Amino acid sequence: MAKQKLVLIGNGMAGIRAIEEVLKLSPEKFEITVFGSEPYPNYNRIELSKVLQGDTKIDDITLNSWQWYEENDILLYPGETVTVIDKDRQRIYTDKDRQVDFDKLIIATGSVPFMLPLPGADKDGVTAFRDIKDCENMMDCANQYKKAVVIGGGLLGLEAARGLLNLGMKVDVVHIADYLMERQLDKTAGKMLQSELEEQGMNFLLEKQSAEITGQDRVEGLKFKDGEEIEADLVVMAVGIRPNISLAKESGIPVNRGIIVNDYLETQVPNIFAVGECAEHREMVYGLVAPLYQQGKEMALKICELEGEGYEGSVLSTQLKVSGVDVFSTGKINEDEGTKSIKVFDDWKGIYKKVLIDDGKITGAVLFGDTKDGNRLLSLINKEAPIEEYTDTDGADAAGTNLVAEMPDEEIICGCNGVTKGTIVESINSQGLSTVEQVKGCTNASRSCGGCKSLVSELLEHTLGDEFDQNHKESICACTTLSKEEVVEEIKAKGLTHTKEVMNVLGWESEEGCSKCKPALNYYLGMLNPKEYQDEKQSRFVNERLHANIQKDGTYSVVPRMYGGVTNSNDLRKIADVADKYEVKLIKVTGGQRLDLLGVQKEDLPQIWSELDMPSGSAYAKGLRTVKTCVGADFCRFGTQDSIGLGVRLEKKFEGLNTPHKVKMSVSACPRNCAEGSVKDIGVVGLDGEFEIYVGGNGGTHMRKAELLSKVKTEEEVIDTSAAFLQYYREDANYLERTSAWVERVGLDQIKSVLSDKKTFIDLNHRMNEALSVLKDPWKEALEDQNILKDLYQNVKVPSGSH
Amino acid sequence: METLLNEVFVAKVEDLPEKIGKTTVVGDLELAIFKLDNGKVHAIENRCPHKGGVLAEGLVSGEHVFCPMHDWKISVKNGKVQEPDVGCVQTFEVAIKNEEVYVLLPE
Ligand SMILES: Cc1cc2nc3c(=O)[nH]c(=O)nc-3n(C[C@H](O)[C@H](O)[C@H](O)COP(=O)(O)OP(=O)(O)OC[C@H]3O[C@@H](n4cnc5c(N)ncnc54)[C@H](O)[C@@H]3O)c2cc1C
Ligand code: SF4
Ligand code: FES
Repeated sequence: MAKQKLVLIGNGMAGIRAIEEVLKLSPEKFEITVFGSEPYPNYNRIELSKVLQGDTKIDDITLNSWQWYEENDILLYPGETVTVIDKDRQRIYTDKDRQVDFDKLIIATGSVPFMLPLPGADKDGVTAFRDIKDCENMMDCANQYKKAVVIGGGLLGLEAARGLLNLGMKVDVVHIADYLMERQLDKTAGKMLQSELEEQGMNFLLEKQSAEITGQDRVEGLKFKDGEEIEADLVVMAVGIRPNISLAKESGIPVNRGIIVNDYLETQVPNIFAVGECAEHREMVYGLVAPLYQQGKEMALKICELEGEGYEGSVLSTQLKVSGVDVFSTGKINEDEGTKSIKVFDDWKGIYKKVLIDDGKITGAVLFGDTKDGNRLLSLINKEAPIEEYTDTDGADAAGTNLVAEMPDEEIICGCNGVTKGTIVESINSQGLSTVEQVKGCTNASRSCGGCKSLVSELLEHTLGDEFDQNHKESICACTTLSKEEVVEEIKAKGLTHTKEVMNVLGWESEEGCSKCKPALNYYLGMLNPKEYQDEKQSRFVNERLHANIQKDGTYSVVPRMYGGVTNSNDLRKIADVADKYEVKLIKVTGGQRLDLLGVQKEDLPQIWSELDMPSGSAYAKGLRTVKTCVGADFCRFGTQDSIGLGVRLEKKFEGLNTPHKVKMSVSACPRNCAEGSVKDIGVVGLDGEFEIYVGGNGGTHMRKAELLSKVKTEEEVIDTSAAFLQYYREDANYLERTSAWVERVGLDQIKSVLSDKKTFIDLNHRMNEALSVLKDPWKEALEDQNILKDLYQNVKVPSGSH
Repeated sequence: METLLNEVFVAKVEDLPEKIGKTTVVGDLELAIFKLDNGKVHAIENRCPHKGGVLAEGLVSGEHVFCPMHDWKISVKNGKVQEPDVGCVQTFEVAIKNEEVYVLLPE
């Protein structure tokens, strides 16, 4: 199929992030073209503040190198501006007279800084603070001049002011309100911030309205409405931004303050999307990256024609990137009637904390001096958590690291880049990281605004601290002290490819392992790398090596597959004939609805399989066994769904899959649950118009009733949900851990929350499909391979006369 | 007392799978023959002293085989059952000549 043409206007943070999401979802689907007015690859605009403050170099803030565009086959036109969108012909035109057709178009033109229309605003030495050019401009200026004035006491203005101080200039900050960052802070915090910054050397002129910029060609001063005047060699305007919508507007795409988009970031014109600061969603325009990244995710799903929940808006949080000052604010910041608040004010230590509560729920917070709780508060607000959830664990935060210990793995630590605690901990462990910088390099956490730095360092402390405590973890067997997680991480990190290598590299105490670790390693290696891994027959238990079940007398039993428990007279005849011919001792209907031929000699196995000419039932495998089904809609008077049909589909999809332990499934067509879904690893129950999916059931030694994982509408959803659940189990469980034990260990809530993340869900499905793509029917494989036949199934017979 | 030994050809070295036992029947004797990682070949009786498990189908690790029935660990070199279990299986001497494997059986 020809690739669709996807064009992106705006090579900035939101647009490129969205492209990254698209590439993750459907790497092959689109031919991608990107236009950017700026002559650089995509860079981290947020870090301009740090460049100005001297912490980072311009070269270091590139997010996606030229090479990245090449590697992903993206055609980039840097330094080229799109001038017209012909929405009817689906074509764009640029200032270099290029025209490009599109099937889908993303507008991500960002914002333009708002410049106060003061007399003299066009003089040399007046600048905004938005892009690399502005940043370089200020740095040049600091080389020649002494005195800067920043108009605007918000986030951007203060970060610029701090930078200019660092560059050796004297800085006045002019602000129209009576305290700083009035949109993010309350007055108490704003005033605390001011005195802190004054100590750092800034000078503030509050409640001042600028009137005119004076000077000849170049600025010399700034005049206020009240007649006062100050000197200035450089004026930085940081009074706000405006969505950059001129292109869209001129092209007839409906705009309000920003380009109007719905929950899928679609504009009102078909096939045209908008994302980032230029977009207006539910009457909100955002100016921070976290929401833009969330938008990008949802938009990518739509563009790839995958189902998503849609973007529902974001709760904002703000953090000032000025060293020595910790300020954080999120959600609602000022009390009104009906709002209750928790306040802590420690003037001596310079700590102020305010948490706002409406209706018993946390709705906002302002923190000054100690911002450790910031991310946690943000996530509580997002969850609409009751205040108790915060106060009950509040005592723990004195200990600092307890806070990170309590966080669930999926909690986002770095909001800008969407990096979870789990990801950070995993890379600390697997890559042996010990500094925030390394974590940043490996995971992107704290790569953007840096607000989560303190959390990252606490996580480091917490994670590394635990490593000294070897007693708590369970090693996979006596040959090693490493746990399953550690082994898996090492395999990934070091790219290990076979069991013996794992044992050597990871310092196994026995040279060739034992009957516990060999099969486990063989499983983990295959799970991690299904496409490349060469399954090791000698690391498999006899049943899985011979694909028949060993019996106590050394004979074997053979179970042909019978999808969904359905058979026919032909198959039954074949089975009967084989049973006669090979003198099968017993034919038994198994608990999983199939026929078991017992008492077969090893050497007869290949012949029996070839005569049966049916797929292997994997009745012995650590893998999917059967899908038990009830009679269902076609015959049963209660049945509401086609349980047999769905059971067959499920069995056909997952047959041959390797899992940490055996997996049994069932499908029933009504709540009578005749296929006994409550004791299955996955039990599907069809209701009128929907399906319930139960997981973690076990009818064996450790009886356990399955729990409801989710309710879905279609058979497709049953299949995808089962796949996601199974894949998560495959990746997370220890070898030989049944789903029942695993679900109990990790908790159903954790599993639900992992599966509820759309992206994770899709990724799990992708990885499942990858694992399934390489499976072969083991009986057929053995029959076709002379070496397997000879090595595994033939005995050596020495005639008795020869000695 | 002198025992006469009989040299019996079993297989070519290259025809034995590595780290997987080969069931070998000589008259009414059933042997499990193992070619190890180090290239050495060992022959032991194909019956576990516990409940008669077929050792040729066990998992081979280093110089031990784990019985497929109940996981007893048995040395393929000297036939000794490893702790905590006890017992031993009969072992047979193996000679390799011209890349051919011979087992020395008592007459
Ligand atoms: C100094 C500074 C500090 C910041 N600090 C933070 C912070 O700490 N935390 C935070 O969350 N956010 C911060 N932000 C805001 C954040 O950088 C923006 O929200 C984000 O970059 C917006 O992404 P975007 O893709 O919508 O726009 P941009 O990143 O601005 O990208 C838009 C791109 O489109 C290009 N373009 C526009 N029109 C056209 C056209 N017609 N044809 C081709 N190309 C076009 C522009 O040149 C631009 O490169 C900061 C911003 C600045 C300037
Ligand atoms: S589960 Fe319901 S539909 Fe299926 S056989 Fe039982 S009663 Fe009939
Ligand atoms: S028969 Fe060998 S361990 Fe039981």
